[in-house]
Formats: sequence, structure tokens, C-alpha cells
Amino acid sequence: MSTEVADKPVKEKEKSEALLSKRRRRFVSDPLNDDNPITVQVLGICSALAVTTQLSPTLIMAVSVVFVIVFSNLIISLIRNLVPGRVRIIVQLAVIATLVTLVDQVLKAYFYDAWKVLSVFVGLIITNCIVMGRLEAFAMGNKPYDSVLDGLGSGFGYAWVILAVAFFRELLGSASIFGFKVFEAIGIENFPTNGLMVSPVGAFMILGIIIWVQRSLTGYVER
Amino acid sequence: MRQSNTYIIVFSAVLTIILGGLISLASVGLKPMQDMQVALDTQKKILGAVMDLQPTDDIPAIYNERVETLVVNASGEEVQEVDGEPVIAEKVNIASQYDKAPEDRLYPVYKYKGEDGEVSSYVLPVYGSGLWDDIWGYVALESDLETIRGVVFDHAGETPGLGARITTVEVQERFAGKKIYDDIGELVAVRMMKGETGDPSAYNANQVDGMSGATITAVGVNDMLSNYLTYYQPYLERAAKANDVEKPDSEEQYTDV
Repeated sequence: MSTEVADKPVKEKEKSEALLSKRRRRFVSDPLNDDNPITVQVLGICSALAVTTQLSPTLIMAVSVVFVIVFSNLIISLIRNLVPGRVRIIVQLAVIATLVTLVDQVLKAYFYDAWKVLSVFVGLIITNCIVMGRLEAFAMGNKPYDSVLDGLGSGFGYAWVILAVAFFRELLGSASIFGFKVFEAIGIENFPTNGLMVSPVGAFMILGIIIWVQRSLTGYVER
Repeated sequence: MRQSNTYIIVFSAVLTIILGGLISLASVGLKPMQDMQVALDTQKKILGAVMDLQPTDDIPAIYNERVETLVVNASGEEVQEVDGEPVIAEKVNIASQYDKAPEDRLYPVYKYKGEDGEVSSYVLPVYGSGLWDDIWGYVALESDLETIRGVVFDHAGETPGLGARITTVEVQERFAGKKIYDDIGELVAVRMMKGETGDPSAYNANQVDGMSGATITAVGVNDMLSNYLTYYQPYLERAAKANDVEKPDSEEQYTDV
């Protein structure tokens, strides 16, 4: 769980804060790197491992998660003063589950092939710790607009990591990018694809390398 | 925070109604589009068992032009109507037929016609159980009613990377060219063997390479194929007679295996 939000009580005394003030920009920029939900908080790993064999389903998954996280943050933030404390977790779950079901239905209607691949994992967004973590840690105590920014930040933080993992897995495992055979296109006919990258083990390795590189750049140390 | 039980109950009820309403609205509103997608997917599968489809192909147009359907019963007779309702092959739900006893089921047959209008392939739906959930697919037989032209499989919940590989082209193309009768003319279907050698020459005309790590799914595929081909056998024999295809019943035809 992120502790970063808990020790940042939001005191908005000034009447009108700029739409993208420095404080608000941090809501979006922090989760991209310093407080990334996957690489730093190590949440949402299950879907990061499972859906990232190909780029196109990964992209749809990323968009779905951004949608769910932004709108559940917004909704919870809007009703945060009405939600009874004793059932707040259930209320959060109900909101997330509703949004996830909507995403699932829309995918089934308009992206049927992707839906067949992703349906199980889209359903699992309900239990994605990133979404619930943001609702509990941020949206319950902050204003709607700030919550949307926070959702965007966390969503994009999740998105770029799984897209990066998927990029390497599809490139090395299937020798293609978004289904386009890159190595054939540049004249390497029999590029030796790596079966390990297609299996979830490959995602672990890529993810580990990303975390390693990122932490050596930012100097972040687990305490 | 409000803590009274009444407030909590009323709040929960209102929230449930709003959220439930949203979901049912979406479900009802998107239903026609989803049904269309499912129908398109079925057509894609049937054609996919016979030919290589390109993403740009107009699937419904090809399907309407090339595919002729009929429905048969367990003894291979064509069924025109059930309870006064005409039977349409595309409307036969294989999953719900699967719940009935094999002799009570309806079996759709999709005939694929080649350029010359002659039936060049028979596409038969198959259904069975994998490791975690149901599996299904389509088997396309050549006009000799014996050689597999292609297969398409799909699944509800096989393990990604293991059993779910039955949906990949790599696994499906192993079935192409295999025979469903053995060398003494018995219907044995095609068996996925245990283990994965990656060497097609290691297997005879009734065997294909297995999937490592997915033995139970492979067994499910084997059972599905042998069950359904047996159910279709009466029809296949009738069709073969009608087409005047020589049946593989004499041993001298098959000396190579």
C-alpha cells in the first residue's frame, strides 16, 4: 500500500488552484516513476504477467484499467461524504465491479476477438489491488478533480509498465510488434524466437529487469 | 461518518439499484451487437477450418456464397424441423445440445463449396470437456470424408500458454492431412499423443504431436474428436455412399502405415 498519500493531508485553503498546479501535476507524474504501482508498490502483478504476451490485448487491458481506475476514483470521490464508513470497502468494490462489467460488455460488443483473450483478466480488474488501493488511499479523502488526476497517474503508471513488458515479450517471443513481423520486414527470415518470453516466466524476467533498471536510476531502496 | 444501520441499509439499497440498473442497461443495449459478433465469430471459425482467412476478408459474404448447411440426427438422417419449427444449422446451439443424450442431439453439418460449386469440404462442430471447462471447435473433412482438411478449436478456460494453445495455428495445423480411419477401416479419429517431440514424422496418420504441460486438455481434445466423429459416422457413411467415395474398408489400400 502506498503511504505517500496518507502523510499528505490535502489542505486547499486558497480559493482557486491552477488546474495543473505543481501539486496536481505530481498526482499524475509520481506514479509514472517514483511511486509506480507495479515496479515500486509491486501491485497488479498478476495481470502484468498474464496479458502481456502480445501488445494489442495489452493495450486494450491498459485502456480498460485506466478507464476503471479514473472513473471509480471519480465516483467514489463524488460520494465520499455519503459512504458509510463500515461498508466503504463493499461500496468501493461495487463501483469497481460495475465499471469492470461495463468494460467487459463493451469489449464483447465491439472488440470480440480481444474480449475472448481478455475476458478473464478484465474480470480480474475487480480484484486489481491498484484500483482498490487508490480508492481507499486517495479518493475517499480527496476532491473529484484531484482524484481523477490521481487515477490517470496510477493508470498510466500501470499502462506503461505492462506495455513495455509486452513490447519485449512480443518482440522476442513472437518476433512481431502489434502482430507485424518486424524481423521478416527487415530481412531476418528465421529470427530465433524465445519460447520463454511467451510463457509467464518471461514476464517475470522482463519485469525484474525493468524494476532493476528503474531502481538503480532513481536510487529507490525498499525499507 | 454516518453509522446508523438504517442509513447503511438505505444507502446500500440505493447504490445497488443504481449500479444494477446501469449494468442491465448496458447489457440490454449491447446485446444485438454482441449477438452479431458471436455469429460472425462462428462463421469465421467454420471458414477458418477450411481456408486461411485474411483480416480484410468479408466473412459474411464468403460464408453466404460458399457454405450450405443441413442438420442431421444421430442416425445420419437429415432433420428438417423439430416440433413444427424449421431447424437452421446456425441456430443449433451445440453447447445446449451437448447436455442431451448423444442420440437425442441435433448435429449441424456445414458443406463448403469450392470454386466449381461442388462440395469440397464438410465442416462438423465438435464439443467436449478440457481440463477446466468446455472446449469446442470445428473439424473440416475433405470431400473423401476421411482426411482432415483443418481444425479450429476454442476453449472457455484452459490454462493460458498450456491448454489454451489449442487455439493457436501452430497446434491446429498439426491436424491437417491426418486420417480419421485407421488402416483396417475403423473410425479412430485423431489422437494427440502425450509429450511433444516437435517432429511430425514421429507419428502415423492417426496421431499428432501433443502439448507439453497440457496432457489433460489434449485428452479432452482426443475424446471430443472421437466422440463427435462417431456421432457423425452414420451421416458420413451416407454422404460417402451418396458421393460414391470408396470406403477405406480393404486392407490393401493402406499398406504404408
